[in-house]
Amino acid sequence: MASRPQTVRRPPTAGVNLSLNNPTVRAILYQIVVVGAVGLVVWYLVSNTIENLETRRIATGFGFLDREAGLPIGESVIPYSPADTYARALFVGLLNTLRVALIGIVLATLLGTIVGIARLSSNWLVAQTARVYVEVLRNLPLLLQLLFWWTLFRDLFPGPRQAITPLPGVFLSNRGVQLPAILWQPGYGYVLGAFVIGVIAAVAVSRWAKRRQASTGQQFPVLWVSLALILGVPGITFMAIGAPFALEQPELRGFNFVGGVTLTPEFAALLVGLVTYTAAFIAEIVRSGILAVNQGQWEAALALGLRRGQVLRLVVLPQALRVIVPPTTSQYLNLTKNSSLAVAIGYPDIVSVANTMLNQTGQAIEGIAIIMAVYLTISLSISAFMNWYNRHIALVER
Amino acid sequence: MVVPQPVKSVSPHPMIEMRHVHKWFGEFHVLRDINLTVNQGQKVVVCGPSGSGKSTMIRCINRLEEHQDGQIFVDGIELTNDVKNIEAIRREVGMVFQQFNLFPHLTVLENLTLAPIWVRKVPKKEAEETAMYFLERVHIPEQAHKYPGQLSGGQQQRVAIARSLCMRPKIMLFDEPTSALDPEMIKEVLDVMIELAQDGMTMIVVTHEMGFARTVADSIVFMDRGEIVESAPPQEFFAHPKTDRARLFLSQILGH
Repeated sequence: MASRPQTVRRPPTAGVNLSLNNPTVRAILYQIVVVGAVGLVVWYLVSNTIENLETRRIATGFGFLDREAGLPIGESVIPYSPADTYARALFVGLLNTLRVALIGIVLATLLGTIVGIARLSSNWLVAQTARVYVEVLRNLPLLLQLLFWWTLFRDLFPGPRQAITPLPGVFLSNRGVQLPAILWQPGYGYVLGAFVIGVIAAVAVSRWAKRRQASTGQQFPVLWVSLALILGVPGITFMAIGAPFALEQPELRGFNFVGGVTLTPEFAALLVGLVTYTAAFIAEIVRSGILAVNQGQWEAALALGLRRGQVLRLVVLPQALRVIVPPTTSQYLNLTKNSSLAVAIGYPDIVSVANTMLNQTGQAIEGIAIIMAVYLTISLSISAFMNWYNRHIALVER
Repeated sequence: MVVPQPVKSVSPHPMIEMRHVHKWFGEFHVLRDINLTVNQGQKVVVCGPSGSGKSTMIRCINRLEEHQDGQIFVDGIELTNDVKNIEAIRREVGMVFQQFNLFPHLTVLENLTLAPIWVRKVPKKEAEETAMYFLERVHIPEQAHKYPGQLSGGQQQRVAIARSLCMRPKIMLFDEPTSALDPEMIKEVLDVMIELAQDGMTMIVVTHEMGFARTVADSIVFMDRGEIVESAPPQEFFAHPKTDRARLFLSQILGH
């Protein structure tokens, strides 16, 4: 290390000044006052609540979660019956929320990106269609749209007895779309494993191809090889284990169908409503992101001989993403939180289940606390992931 | 309509030929009957008042703007609506912009290798060697791993010139390359351009740097209101401008 002696001049240390005119002292004083005021309000609310609960003899605590729920839930991704506990009922509600939110986010991103690029199309009809879509969808209240879709899906098809059967085993009725379920066979675990291996292999191949393209200039048909790996490897495994296959057909019993997989009109209405509504906002974000990239970037890249698709992928989108990602995160959070409007059309999401629960048990504070905790957890997870992604793609520039 | 003209039999190979080119922006007639031939190795400086169509004319050569009438040939290929044709021409024609237009999310080296790798399919290592060679040529090899935002305007413009040269173009177009620069940086960019000219590059330069025009240009093209008003070797153009419009322009830009 450096051996030459050097006189280092250090910044002067500030003397202690406790006068009220010292900005630092003032700042600390203000903070003490604010924290104290907030603490007082919280103490007032908590002590008041505890007192009221005691006078009304309402037991607090989460013990009720282990009691039998006795509440029927229309649809569930895990086995559930009213004889199960409240905890399981809430978990069913949570899974329903997550299901509609995750599928919704993926579809809204795809639809939004397509509509956003379409708005910039030089084709007049395409651009105007996208424009009308955006203006109509984002200017009508979401609740109204959900009711619209729900009414549409419920009245589109006849009752279960007159159900439309476009394919054997498929029933379209006002109870939703009934599909035959593929029954789990021994050996499907291997197929699933093969699928995972296929996906990993496809990722590896595309990385290798990108490196080879960069170092030798040779191109490789990544798309086709990846498709072959992702579909072929599990396909061959499926054949190798003797192609076991069995379907559970939905059956009309009484007034409704039993067996198979059901897509309810509630789920469909909520998903379509959330996706089309949020996509309108994402479309505007994508459009503004692409427009935010200077026209000169397009010109310079085109002048170098890059094709339009390459310009978009290599030059424009990497710069647009830093504009697109933060507001898109807000839209993901909006979509997740808006899914609580499910209560209006009878889709059993977490709010709907928790609502029923707190009506039955009277444990309002715990119920609300659970709903808040759930949404906070989901929202903060999405935020954390998107912030990580945003840092990952952030423009380095300097 | 276009009258077929006998192609002048010039001894050197014509790199750019514009025949009766017209262009309109809406109702506005920006280019009126442009005829221009630039031979291999020739340096043409285009000057004229602002709004006279200089930039639009050279942007037509690599199809950043589309001409609506007449013909443009670049190295023998006619510029038509055919995408393959346009791509082929853009590979042969380098362009330097007033605002540099470097890619801010890529390092200087990546800026220089992007097009060779994706368009010319050059191996990355070779592309990087070429990039370093041209960075030496523009005198900033030490900046290779910085981002454009870390460089001065003059350095950025020299990187932009190197970026174009990495595609090994046969023709270089310069659209007011020094107009966005601070005065002390103009010289470093002009020096690079003079060196390039001495190496025999075919160049069309839109500029108000009349000193550069005097030293480098084989011919000066003076444009006004979308027309080529005068076209002459620099000594002749500066000493005896034939038209009033050129005289007025020269008195305005050389007057002080």
